[in-house]
Amino acid sequence: MDPAEFLRASRVVIVAGKGGVGKTTVTAALARRAGQAGLTTLVVDLEGRSGLPDLFGQPALGYQPSVLVPGGGGTADVLGRTLTPDDALFEYLEDHGLRRVSKRLVASGAMDVVATAAPGIRDILVLGKVKQLERADAADLIILDAPAAGHAITFLLAARSLLDAVRVGPVHTQAADVLELLTDPERCSVVLVTLPEETPVNELVETAFTLEDRVGVSLGPVVVNGLYPTIEGLDVDPGDEPDADAFRAAAAFRRARTEQQEEQLRRLAERLPLPQWRLPFLFEADLGPAHVDELAAAFG
Amino acid sequence: MTLSALVDDRHIIICTGTGGVGKTTTAAVLALEAARRGRRAVVVTIDPAKRLADTLGIKELGNTPALIEGDWPGELWAMMLDTKSTFDALVATYASDEEQADRILGNRFYRNISGALSGTQEYMAAEKLYELHESERFDLVVVDTPPTRHALDFLDAPRRLTAFLDHKLFRTLVVPTKAYMKAVNLAAQAVMRTMGRVVGTEALEDGLAFFSAFEGMEQGFRERAAHVQALLTQPTTAYVLVASPRADTVAEAAYFADRLEKSAVPVAALIINRVHPRFGKGLGPAARKRAKALATTPLAGLARNLAEFRTMADGEERHLVDLTERVAPAPVARVPFLPHDVHDLDTLTEIASHLF
Repeated sequence: MDPAEFLRASRVVIVAGKGGVGKTTVTAALARRAGQAGLTTLVVDLEGRSGLPDLFGQPALGYQPSVLVPGGGGTADVLGRTLTPDDALFEYLEDHGLRRVSKRLVASGAMDVVATAAPGIRDILVLGKVKQLERADAADLIILDAPAAGHAITFLLAARSLLDAVRVGPVHTQAADVLELLTDPERCSVVLVTLPEETPVNELVETAFTLEDRVGVSLGPVVVNGLYPTIEGLDVDPGDEPDADAFRAAAAFRRARTEQQEEQLRRLAERLPLPQWRLPFLFEADLGPAHVDELAAAFG
Repeated sequence: MTLSALVDDRHIIICTGTGGVGKTTTAAVLALEAARRGRRAVVVTIDPAKRLADTLGIKELGNTPALIEGDWPGELWAMMLDTKSTFDALVATYASDEEQADRILGNRFYRNISGALSGTQEYMAAEKLYELHESERFDLVVVDTPPTRHALDFLDAPRRLTAFLDHKLFRTLVVPTKAYMKAVNLAAQAVMRTMGRVVGTEALEDGLAFFSAFEGMEQGFRERAAHVQALLTQPTTAYVLVASPRADTVAEAAYFADRLEKSAVPVAALIINRVHPRFGKGLGPAARKRAKALATTPLAGLARNLAEFRTMADGEERHLVDLTERVAPAPVARVPFLPHDVHDLDTLTEIASHLF
């Protein structure tokens, strides 16, 4: 699927996947790709401690949006900001004329008790804020770096569960609005990220079906991250060249891993009929802006 | 103390680290090794994705230990934590009678706590660990902690949960018996009204009903939590930090190590999974130079491939040197990124061969 076309047709893209699959890297690359497609893009980081700004060579994100990649020459700005549940709660209380008590509610731990009475309330406040940003045209496209896998399901299910648990009041309205956003394919879709390995693929398939069945959210293409690119000539006999043994061992390793990958790509396609975007493994332990560009280009 | 010694001597091993670094697999390998060394070991996983069952080649794991058959002198057991039923059992233990237990178990607020309150999963893991340890059925209990960004969630969970159950605000509302409490109560009610505007009154009423049903059980819970907390910091309990050599997870692991150190439970060992193999001897720059020289020969592909792996290995090495110094004198073991996936006892055994 053409990434520029997909990104132009979306208002909010939620990137989700289990820990260790490179979700943040994929978020960065996708945001960069959107900027290149001329879309002013806002990346929202829910944990406030992710490696996202490092990938762009920028200082830590704050509550106010800051520039991750400036636009120019046909590309648009990529911006980033944090949005933690506590931020969202404070803002919500302020919006409802409760500014004075908000600090005390949180500091006394009373809010924890309340959040337990109505679980998912933090998630709804975060998603409610995202919806507000979308409605206010804060950017052409908002990309959300979602919590890791199992949590992503709870996170996205929050709206539906809260609608049942809280039947009246502002939180009910908020949950209804959020659900409307999540289930509108014109406004929102989820991009799931995995590695070409057995367990991550199984978990991705499970998550995909749960999200579709229980949240009713529209799924975009899946991203298979970290594929070893194919190299020609790995079967050549190095004879007694210096390093011949290392050549052979490294080639055997890469062949074995590449075969695994092919097998997993095939399994994924078989079990989940969604378009795939495939991103290469970069043989670099420290990723920076140049690598983000390389991955952005790999989306096609 | 070596990793072997830990597996031989300790009663409890807690595997900690961020998500996606292979904690579940590592926990299983440590328990398997203990069984192979003749100990009765049980591995407790908290992973909702049922990964451990997959890896051990069995269909399903429940909330009680299942024996894994195998050719070793000790015993290997495995179980998957069910947060809710563990909590239910605790309530049943400390309720004064069946009626009180039923009132709590049927309360919607309680069902939310047992399923969704952050920290409950960690506490129930600690609780299960305590129960298994006390049962004396096992010489070693290995626990795989929930993925978290906060190193101390697990260690601190018993204290936090009891603080929550003892919550003053709710206590004042539930127990407004004494006259001098009246003023406090009025203030509390104002706060409650505010909260009601946020979450709706039904949710609040559920909460109040819960705290009122829970009345009288806090003491038992608090004492139990104190025992659990003590067990978590005993010298027979070891914390094994699990990481991978990626820049972001190394940074997180360093943070975990610092926090554990500050809580006087230093890292007993560091296990690094998925380390890219270094083929032969030699570093990235030389390999890249050679690849350039061979670029137009039939060996181009082989040389480029080797250069890529050596570059990767160099980068990972840089990350790991710092982390190794940070946890010193704890031993550091590395598990190479394998040419195949880990999904059965044979592959667990293969990983063990890199650790022991």
